[in-house]
This record gives sequence, structure tokens and C-alpha cells, in this order.
Amino acid sequence: MKILVCISHVPDTTSKINFSEGDTKFDTNGVQFVINPNDEFGLTRAMWFKEKQGANVTVVNVGGADTEPTLRKALAIGADAAIRVNTQATDGFSVAKQLANVIKDGAYDLVIAGRESIDYNGGMVPGMIAGLTQANFVNNCIGLEVDGTSAKAVREIDGGKETVSTSLPLVIGGQKGLVEESDLRIPNMRGIMMARKKPLTVIDPIDASAETTSIKFEKPAPKGAVKLVSADNLDELVNLLHNEAKVI
Amino acid sequence: MRPDLFEAPDYYNLDELLTDEHKLVRDAAREWVKREVSPIIEDYAQKAEFPTEIINGLAEIGAFGPYIPMEYGGAGLDQISYGLIMQEIERGDSGVRSTASVQSSLVMYPIWKYGNEEQRQKYLPKLASGEWIGCFGLTEPDHGSNPSGMVTNFKDMGDHYLLNGAKMWISNAPFAQVAVVWAKNEEGRIHGLIVERGMEGFTTPETHNKWSLRASSTGELIFDNVKVPKENLLPNKSGLGAPLGCLDSARYGIAWGAIGAAMDCYDTALRYSKERMQFGKPIGQFQLQQKKLAEMITEITKAQFLTWRLGVLRNEGKATSAQISMAKRNNVDMAIHIAREARQMLGGMGITGEYSIMRHSMNLESVITYEGTHDIHLLITGLDITGLNAFK
Ligand SMILES: Cc1cc2nc3c(=O)[nH]c(=O)nc-3n(C[C@H](O)[C@H](O)[C@H](O)COP(=O)(O)OP(=O)(O)OC[C@H]3O[C@@H](n4cnc5c(N)ncnc54)[C@H](O)[C@@H]3O)c2cc1C
Repeated sequence: MKILVCISHVPDTTSKINFSEGDTKFDTNGVQFVINPNDEFGLTRAMWFKEKQGANVTVVNVGGADTEPTLRKALAIGADAAIRVNTQATDGFSVAKQLANVIKDGAYDLVIAGRESIDYNGGMVPGMIAGLTQANFVNNCIGLEVDGTSAKAVREIDGGKETVSTSLPLVIGGQKGLVEESDLRIPNMRGIMMARKKPLTVIDPIDASAETTSIKFEKPAPKGAVKLVSADNLDELVNLLHNEAKVI
Repeated sequence: MRPDLFEAPDYYNLDELLTDEHKLVRDAAREWVKREVSPIIEDYAQKAEFPTEIINGLAEIGAFGPYIPMEYGGAGLDQISYGLIMQEIERGDSGVRSTASVQSSLVMYPIWKYGNEEQRQKYLPKLASGEWIGCFGLTEPDHGSNPSGMVTNFKDMGDHYLLNGAKMWISNAPFAQVAVVWAKNEEGRIHGLIVERGMEGFTTPETHNKWSLRASSTGELIFDNVKVPKENLLPNKSGLGAPLGCLDSARYGIAWGAIGAAMDCYDTALRYSKERMQFGKPIGQFQLQQKKLAEMITEITKAQFLTWRLGVLRNEGKATSAQISMAKRNNVDMAIHIAREARQMLGGMGITGEYSIMRHSMNLESVITYEGTHDIHLLITGLDITGLNAFK
């Protein structure tokens, strides 16, 4: 089984987010980047397929050279090869077109993407690549088993779970549940050493212009000051919740 | 203990001077410490026990001989990677870092540098994987700062050496399988011998009631007519320069480690100062507290660059022992002061094991003493710049 794991390179959740150029660009100054958490759950599940079922795992990213440390980390965790499509990721559709091209070229049986990336939270790419490559698609995937060419996937639905049976080629939009947080791997020294010798191939992008352009970013309004109400003044509390906060 | 929310300070973007591999190695160690060390370390320190359960993990993140070549089970990394690993481990606890320092620089390093090929093959892979833990016996009850006065000695008995004497304050001694022991031959020249647990007449009583490095195990090495096979002598270097070469490597790692302890104290105090309200304001808004924090980050930043530069010099094989002494002395002193100030910033909360600061503070009392005391390193700098020897 050939697996492709799509890896986005996203700001760490503890990073302070700022915008530059009149709030039109994300300011990466001083920001730490990590593997998108949804993708990391997928990568870890892919490692399970590698170890238990002999799968071959390639990771891919659409982005500039600055994303390579993230791919190296994926190699150190255990992926066999990495591909970087050498273009800035702009909108979801253009990224999906680049990825679909990689998928067709490599004839992957299973494509594991994250349900969404935690930077722009578009959530479009997995569905789009399934469409573009005419593969089956399971989104919000919290469990996956593969036997030959058939697959059983568990999907999170409102208030419960749905188990679906499907077949390869398959694209999933993965998330926590594919594996748990405690299963996530820290690259060990052997892995880091071995990653040095693994291929990280840089390929040229195909012609795929973006269909959307962001015009402006806005941050949520800063949290207001806290109002303390003394415990024996319940009327005041009810009054504030009703008239000021308007929650009751 | 509270959840580990550590965020590493990098005020002057030192990260831009590191390679991607340095950062990968450092971040792996950082994550590992958060996941495996922080949740358990306070308990072990309180119980005064070494957490043997983390030995495998230490080996996996490359804490045992990261710069030893891969053919001997090491990771073949450079000196900056080694330093960064030590920094991250000591961010968790100086005792755990001590175990890693001893294993890497005081046991694996002499076997690699002063041993023969057979000794390297026999010991290094097992030490790198953590299957064996080693210790280093230099200090004696009556000879600490002045190791050249040591009385531990061995006699050539024809088919073996006969070792007699005692070492004191030896990290890892109570559970180590292997000891690199420094002793004088009949001519009074210092040699290194590899002594293995189980050799008759060799015992390792534990030193109890330490107030510092409580999560590291310390003991004595006692040699009562121990027969040491001749092939256990390290053949390629002798004289005081041999153990001092190991100390250079370990002290270099300690210089980085101390930055880790300081970072943890600073980060904890900074977070606390924004949350703790007194007189209707976060205490971080008071000038006195800001002075403490501002001075801490200034000192940490200075130490980071001093030590990074030392790492570059070591990578080029150009760092002198005196340069290493300066960094060890400066950084440990910096860390011990930061720990003390940070402890006060937490008020009463700084006194309990809820926070790591007091543990760091106590740990650093050993770190400022071992591997050459604060005074001794100053005298090394003094000797280096004046050419006048204050030891004699
Ligand atoms: C927890 C712990 C772990 C240790 N682990 C190890 C280990 O694994 N292996 C090992 O071999 N050793 C180890 N040591 C020993 C350590 O290296 C020694 O304690 C240290 O070198 C100081 O020696 P000492 O304790 O005999 O103090 P002393 O040498 O007696 O020093 C006492 C005081 O006198 C000062 N002093 C000494 N000489 C001079 C001078 N010429 N001028 C001015 N001041 C001077 C010192 O600075 C110090 O303040 C460890 C120590 C501790 C506390």
C-alpha cells in the first residue's frame, strides 16, 4: 500500500499572531511552525500502517523552502520519502490541484490529509483532492483500517460515530481519534539520523492559479475586563447577565 | 506538580544561528522532557530516587553520547546539538542532566578517546542504548578540588592489576554497571581503569540525605583489593590531563544545561507575574518585579550567546579549557541567581513542589560545586590571563 500524507506547516498554537502590510499578510516574524495537528494524527496512523502492514509512506507539502524542517521532522518520525511542491500555498483549490497532480503521478492508494489546517481553517483540501483524483472520500475520520483494497473508516458525526465501508483509492480528512495524543511520536535520535539519508524531492508546481485572494485579516476583539460581583449580591449578578452580557 | 507550560525564551533570535537539524534535535528533547520528565520528576526528587524508567527515553532522544560516532552506537552529532540536548534535559532537572552528562562525557568520552578498539566495541554501544549506565570516579574523600593528590592506586600483579582506594560523591555510582576510575600506578602516574560491577572487592554504597540533585543517585566507590583485568586499562592517555579532558566535555555540557534551568525559572516567574494579582494589579506590573525579570532575560540572553560561540569553537576543535571554565562558571552562577530571584517572585508558592523553581535552586548548589567549584574556575581564568598560578 502506498500512502501519501499531506502535511501543512502551521504556526504553533502558542504563537502570537500578527498581521502586516495593512492587515493583508500574516506576519511570520518570531513564529514557531509545527506539523498541523490534524496531519500529525494522520501521519502517526500512517506509521502504524507502515509498521503493521508494510505500507510505504510519503509526505507532501505545498510550500516554500521554509517548510522543509517540518518535512524533515516527518521523515525523522518515520516517513520513507518527502515531496515539496515548490510554490507558496495560497488558496485551498490551488493547493488541491498541486496535490492531485502529485497523487496521480505517484499512484497512491491512500491519501491521508487533515480535516483542516489550524492556520486558515479552510477545510476544503481533502474533499477537493478526492474530487480531482476521483477517489473515495471520508471526512472527519477518527478511525481507519485497510484490508487489501477495502477499507473501514469511522467518521465523527453530530453526537456520535458512523462506520463506513469503502475501498481504495481513498482520501480521508483525518483528525484526533485516528490515534490519540499520547500516541504522537517524538522523533528519536535514530530517526533523525536516518532522515538525513531519506529523499526530500522538490518538484515544480503545475500551472494552477488561485481562485480566491484574501483581502484583509482581523483579529477577534480583545477580551474585556472582568467584573467581580460579590457572592451575596445575586440580584446584581442576574441583572448583569441579563442586561449587560445578555446571556440569560 | 502543575502542567508544564514551558515556552523557551529566545530574545535575540538565537534560533536563526542554529541549523534545522539542531532545532529538530532540540525540539525532540524539549517535547520528550515535557512529556516524560516534567510529570514525574518532582515526585522522584521528593522521594530522593532516580527515575530509572526514563533511561530508555534518554537513550532514544540521544542523551547518551550524542557526539560519539554512529559506528559505536552514538548519534554522530556536533557539539551544539550535544549542548542543546543538555539544555533541554536540565530545563527538566539538573539531576537527570547529570546522569546524561556523566554517561556521555565522563564514561563514553574517555572510552572513545582513550580506549582501544576492543574497549570501544565492548562498552560504547551498550552505554549509548542505556543498557549499561556508567559512573566516573575522580573525587576522593580527601581530594576534591585537588585531584592530583589522589591516593587510589593500582599495582601490576603480572596477569592483572590490584586496585585499592575509595572515591566519593560519585553520580550514578549506586546502580552503574561500569565505572571509569582514575588511579595512580606504582610510579604515581594517573591512569583510567574500567571497573565493572560484580568484580570482587568493589562496592558502591549510596550517599543519603542530599538536599540537592535528589533525583540523581550519588554514592561511593570502594576498592578493596579489586582484581582488574589488564585489558580494562585505558591505554591511550594518562596523567591528570586524561580526566581533565573528560571534564572539559562535561563542563561544556553543564554550561548549556545551566541555561536550561535558568530558562525554566524565568519562564515560570514570568507567567506567574502576569497571573498573580496583588494590590489590584498583576505583580508583573510592579517595577521591582520587572527589574528582576528584565535582568533575568538579559543574563539568559548573554549566556546563550557565550555558550553558542563556545559550541562553534568546540566544533572547530579550538575551544580551550579556560574558555570552557568561564562559561561553566558564568552560566551556573547566572542560573543560581535567577533561581533565587524567581523563587522570591512566587512568594509562598515558590516554596512548594508545585513549581520547579526551588528544586532547580537546590540542584544548582551541586552544579556550582561539582566539575570544578565556582572558585576553582575563577582561578583557572585568573591563571589564564595573568600566567600566574594561584593553586601553588
Ligand atoms: C551531587 C554531587 C555529585 C558529584 N558527582 C561526582 C562524580 O560523578 N564524579 C566525581 O569524581 N566527583 C563528583 N562530585 C564531586 C565534586 O566534583 C567535588 O565535590 C568538587 O570537585 C569539590 O571538591 P570537594 O567537595 O572535596 O571540595 P573542596 O575541594 O574541599 O573545596 C571546599 C571549598 O574550598 C574551595 N577551594 C578549594 N581549593 C581552593 C583553592 N586552591 N583556592 C580557593 N578556594 C579553594 C572550594 O572552592 C570550595 O569552596 C560530585 C559532587 C556532588 C555534590
